[in-house]
Amino acid sequence: MSKRIDAKDLNVYYGDFLAVEGVSMTIDAQAVTAFIGPSGCGKTTFMRSLNRMHEVLPGARVTGQLMLDGDDIYDPAVDPVTVRTMVGMVFQRANPFPTMSIRENVLAGYKLNGARISRSEADDIVERALRGANLWKEVESRLDKPGSSLSGGQQQRLCIARTIAVKPDVILMDEPCSALDPISTLAVEDLIAELKQEYTVVIVTHNMQQAARVSDKTGFFNIAGTGKPGKLVEYDDTSTIFNNPREKATEDYVSGRFG
Amino acid sequence: MTNTTTPDAAESRAPEDDSLQTRGRTRSRLTQNAQPRWQWLVVLAVSAVLGSALSALIGFNVAGWLIFTAVLHVVITYVITLTRVNRRRATDQLWRNLIFIAFLIALLPLVSVIWSVVSVGVPGLLAPGFLSSDMQGITGTVDEASQTEGTAVLGGIRHAIIGSLVITVAATVISVPIGLLTSIYLVEYARGGLLSRAITFFVDVMTGIPSIVAGLFAGAAMAWFLGTLNAVTGLFGSMSSTMGITAAVALSVLMIPVVVRTTEEMLRVVPNELREASFALGVRKWRTILKVVIPTAVSGIASGVTLAVARVIGETAPILVTAGYVVNTNWNLFQGWITALPVYIYRQFVNPTSPAFSEPSHQRAWAAALVLIIIVMLLNLIARIIAKVFAPKTSGR
Repeated sequence: MSKRIDAKDLNVYYGDFLAVEGVSMTIDAQAVTAFIGPSGCGKTTFMRSLNRMHEVLPGARVTGQLMLDGDDIYDPAVDPVTVRTMVGMVFQRANPFPTMSIRENVLAGYKLNGARISRSEADDIVERALRGANLWKEVESRLDKPGSSLSGGQQQRLCIARTIAVKPDVILMDEPCSALDPISTLAVEDLIAELKQEYTVVIVTHNMQQAARVSDKTGFFNIAGTGKPGKLVEYDDTSTIFNNPREKATEDYVSGRFG
Repeated sequence: MTNTTTPDAAESRAPEDDSLQTRGRTRSRLTQNAQPRWQWLVVLAVSAVLGSALSALIGFNVAGWLIFTAVLHVVITYVITLTRVNRRRATDQLWRNLIFIAFLIALLPLVSVIWSVVSVGVPGLLAPGFLSSDMQGITGTVDEASQTEGTAVLGGIRHAIIGSLVITVAATVISVPIGLLTSIYLVEYARGGLLSRAITFFVDVMTGIPSIVAGLFAGAAMAWFLGTLNAVTGLFGSMSSTMGITAAVALSVLMIPVVVRTTEEMLRVVPNELREASFALGVRKWRTILKVVIPTAVSGIASGVTLAVARVIGETAPILVTAGYVVNTNWNLFQGWITALPVYIYRQFVNPTSPAFSEPSHQRAWAAALVLIIIVMLLNLIARIIAKVFAPKTSGR
């Protein structure tokens, strides 16, 4: 299962501060969409608004429409928890639950929600999710060890396994490789390429090579100056963004002439 | 280069360098500021001898001798280092010595309290039946016989231990849910509004409430409560407000702010990433708090609660005014007076069972004090063990 996301004139606010202004874009299903741009340009904020995670911060709100396969997720009657079960998220720093074993971490989406699942069902879910995250072979023999006993790259893949275990439609990744070494990064990038067979993947990255390697489409966000809202400057096929961008700002940024 | 990066390194190398020299190798030219490692011992010995001489001049006593020794040691070390090495090193030594002396002074009361309680309390603790009997039937005549004829000191603290136990457990049962829920509200739900700031302020104020005030408050509140209840229902007329539960309420007034404060600290250090990770899995907020935040913080919460218990178990005044003092064992929190250990100690000292022959009472009081200290130490130990056992397994890589 994977779903398409349509944003229509989306503004994201923190209190009175307009953080992201007027984003309209279509994020394709079964594809990888990358957001690039300088720090503070609102790409992470926009991404967190895709599963209503930004609402965790006090005063954050959104205007405009955000459709998940045609359903507005910001309809007042929509429960943010429902949205988050459909749109999973992987964070910048790997954050396995320290009180849980590897196995429990993968099952966290079920266990924390109090779902009753049989032992064999749970085994299936754990194996499928860990295989899906390319981690099964490395942890097969030590599923009962704490999740924090893994290396940084393994922890990040454990977090991905935890996210895909609950079968979301969309997976959001907020700079998932920024704390990883090149080998772990490669492992995660390979994984992203596989994930798009089944899921809609959105990735925020500071690494332009990574965006070029893994994504089908790329959005470039920019900010006019401190205190100004971030905007989506250009959104197109990745090859177009990197080889033949329409906007001067995009060209400057992807060629490294920015700032 | 490594020889001179720190004075300590230079100092500790000094003997080695001497031996190198005797083997005909030259000492590193970078070596400086070297003082023999045994210097402080010699200086201390000299100071002790001089100190005893000086204190003998004004009439020898141990305290004066120790003070003279300390002062002389500080001064001599400073002067020697100043003349033989340099000013910077001398200042370093001076402050090091002063800080060490301050540490010893801070340790003094602790050690002397433990020493005096243990040395005086052990005979009473070893008296037959001290832990297993209460004070029923122990009259002035019994104590008189103990003191004048040398018979065994009878009577014990069974009732006081049980009283302290039930009162403290009841206070914990009252305070922990209130304190825990308050701190959960403050950390997880309050967004810096007026209510949360007011709660924080009043919790701070509560921390400073004198314990006797808490006792008077609990006594008055319970009397009012029972009176109102009696007026409305016509029952409970015979119930007196002097009972164990009133003391538990008084102690919980003292405990709640401590529990709120420690739990709040512990919940705040739970990384936000874990909450977000849980939210991102579609877990509701209350489940996130219950299953992610609290388990991550539980070791700190448990040890904080144990320390709060250790703090209130030694309270005397609020229990004396709310639960009274009796000689027999009473397990019932809601009926009759209860003796707690600190109150027992107080009464045995101030109103000995036999006013003319107070030694047996004093012996029991000291032994009870020893038991109280042991209980508090055990609670501290338990807090540490809990913190260790429940701590999230963060490493193990």
